[in-house]
Amino acid sequence: MWIVNGRLIDPRNRIDGEHDLLVDDGRIAAVAPRGEGDREGQRIDASGKWVVPGLIDMHCHLREPGHEYKESILTGTRSAAAGGFTSVACMANTDPVNDSPAITEFILGKARREGVVNVFPIGAATRGLAGESLAEIGQMKEAGIVGVSDDGNPIMDSGVARRVFEYAKMFHLVVISHCEDRNLVGRGVMNEGLVSTRLGLTGVPTQAEEIMVARDILLAEMTGVRLHIAHISTAGSIRMLRDARDRGVDVTAEATPHHLTLTEEAVTGYRPDAKMAPPLRSEADVRALREAVADGTVEVIATDHAPHSPVEKEVEFDEAPNGIIGLETALPLVLKLVREGALGLERALHALTAAPALILRLDKGHLAEGADADITIIDPDLEFEFDPTRFYSKSRNTPFGGWKLRGRAVRTIVGGRTVFDLELGGIL
Amino acid sequence: MRLVSKDLLGIEKLTREEIELILETAQKLHEIHSRDIKKVPTLRGKTVVNLFFEGSTRTRTSFEIAAKRLSADTINFSASSSSLSKSETLIDTARSIGAMLPDVIVVRHNQAGTPEMLSRMVKSSVVNAGDGAHEHPSQALLDLLTVKEKKGRFEGLKVAIVGDIAASRVARSNIYGFTKMGAEVRVAGPPTMLPPHIEQLGCKAYTNVREAVVDADVIMMLRIQMERHSKLLFPSIREYSRLYCLTPEILDLAKENAVIMHPGPINRDVEISSEIADGPYSVILEQVTNGVAVRMAILYLLAGQRSN
Repeated sequence: MWIVNGRLIDPRNRIDGEHDLLVDDGRIAAVAPRGEGDREGQRIDASGKWVVPGLIDMHCHLREPGHEYKESILTGTRSAAAGGFTSVACMANTDPVNDSPAITEFILGKARREGVVNVFPIGAATRGLAGESLAEIGQMKEAGIVGVSDDGNPIMDSGVARRVFEYAKMFHLVVISHCEDRNLVGRGVMNEGLVSTRLGLTGVPTQAEEIMVARDILLAEMTGVRLHIAHISTAGSIRMLRDARDRGVDVTAEATPHHLTLTEEAVTGYRPDAKMAPPLRSEADVRALREAVADGTVEVIATDHAPHSPVEKEVEFDEAPNGIIGLETALPLVLKLVREGALGLERALHALTAAPALILRLDKGHLAEGADADITIIDPDLEFEFDPTRFYSKSRNTPFGGWKLRGRAVRTIVGGRTVFDLELGGIL
Repeated sequence: MRLVSKDLLGIEKLTREEIELILETAQKLHEIHSRDIKKVPTLRGKTVVNLFFEGSTRTRTSFEIAAKRLSADTINFSASSSSLSKSETLIDTARSIGAMLPDVIVVRHNQAGTPEMLSRMVKSSVVNAGDGAHEHPSQALLDLLTVKEKKGRFEGLKVAIVGDIAASRVARSNIYGFTKMGAEVRVAGPPTMLPPHIEQLGCKAYTNVREAVVDADVIMMLRIQMERHSKLLFPSIREYSRLYCLTPEILDLAKENAVIMHPGPINRDVEISSEIADGPYSVILEQVTNGVAVRMAILYLLAGQRSN
């Protein structure tokens, strides 16, 4: 199968131009400049479109097992495909927690049978995400995890964190850290500042994140583990990240589309869909975050797709759970940032493809000959409106409903097979 | 003139003209209190629901008397304060009460923003009777009315508010209210009780109560919440009252006829000495009386005028 007439953008292999792609047996068989050789057989015409490596989301919550009323592997991977993602890494805070090989195998089995994109489980760092004792990291690695994290439940005990880092390093696994000092967060529900004071809501200071970023960088330096900071959100965290990377510490970070797009002002009106952890920050933080993604200090863009049912989410602001869905909104929001000049296109696509693949050690995220044929076709000019009632996700918790955007995935190909085609009506 | 919004959610959203309208209306309705039969038919056939998710005898009673003096039908509805601890969500509660088509829903909730969320879900007018640490607009309006009666003006007055400013909805509403009316507002409390960027709301912040009350025309003492998580905000009642209790000695620093206010209920000799609470400058009981008049004005302007 040939994908012809598109603009091929493959950041990892530094390709951006008029190239055609031959897919055979689930792999990239050839990358050929336009007009070289013949194009026999089945053809996909990508005129006016961009052909890019399948997007990879290294941070999402698929909620299965245990919270299938929020999302399932079936609906979550469909949501991913509709957003242009061909691979997702799912966090361990399921019920039961993914802290043993049995749960890892369950998730992978379910994904094979029902999933429409590749699923890579992240294992819990500590048993039950309790922050007290090591999870069975070695056996989960054998079962197929690609990293460890207690996402959502920061490990407060530095002694435990140190042992997790040391132990995970033996298996060459990246440790993904949700950096928040839970004591400093306290009962806080939004960024601390003028807006929280005005609204009478308890604030979370930026230092709650920064203290943990500092600690984890120190422990990463001490243990030599590969550290990845999830959803980094403050200018101070970025300063420390930049310094650590300059000194050669093996630390990477991700930013979410919502932390790059919205400020704490979005909470005005007490909208639970603007509640997340870490919280939406100030304009200065958003500026620093955009600069850090633009210059590569923050290498990855990840969704932190966190589905919640309306029964839980549309309640009093203090009581609403943290997080929003993001798989179907991520790419259009990133393209908006590109169009506004906040990020370069190549950098943005790198952050959604090659960068997460390199961190998770997946042989994906690029389109060289022999690579897996995970491909996303983007129509950069398609104008549309986010309508959460039409999302593939089971949940609707997004602050972006009604936003008018330009540019989205129109076709998602996983292992050579088209799983999503907008023209043909969506998920196939 | 009318109120712009269907709801009264906070003083922050009101204009100076709207505040004046409410105060003038309250002054006109005040006269009803002195009648033998304290009731007028103005809101006959209107329904006011008091939806209280948080215990409150004073405010609820005050709204209820206000509604009854205007001949509205009142229903009291007490609910558990947390949607997690009861089987019904806030949305369902709001929808089912909204479906009974009340004209006004008066809401008290221990979490900020709940009245505003509710106002989006119902057609009725929603009156915020206090939400978490956000606003308590009817309290600020009755405080404004009391000061207006005592001082005859707002322009140039110095108003000191002392206590747990961070946790206080009364403080926020009064900061907005008095600054909008042209007064100068100072807030005072230990740094643990001053929220970040409070001065950007238009007031000046002090940690020393003496500095805050110098030349003050109005001193408002806030109730110290001894019950909740207070150990991290101040070490003991003894130390707090030593530093912040309004004593005759501190009162001496204020203007001669300074008005002493307290939203109640008071902790005697904790934030305010009994001597002052019961003294000639205290207007604490007048505040309570004015509360009824202000709430009558609010109900009248929202329920009476909207349908005319």
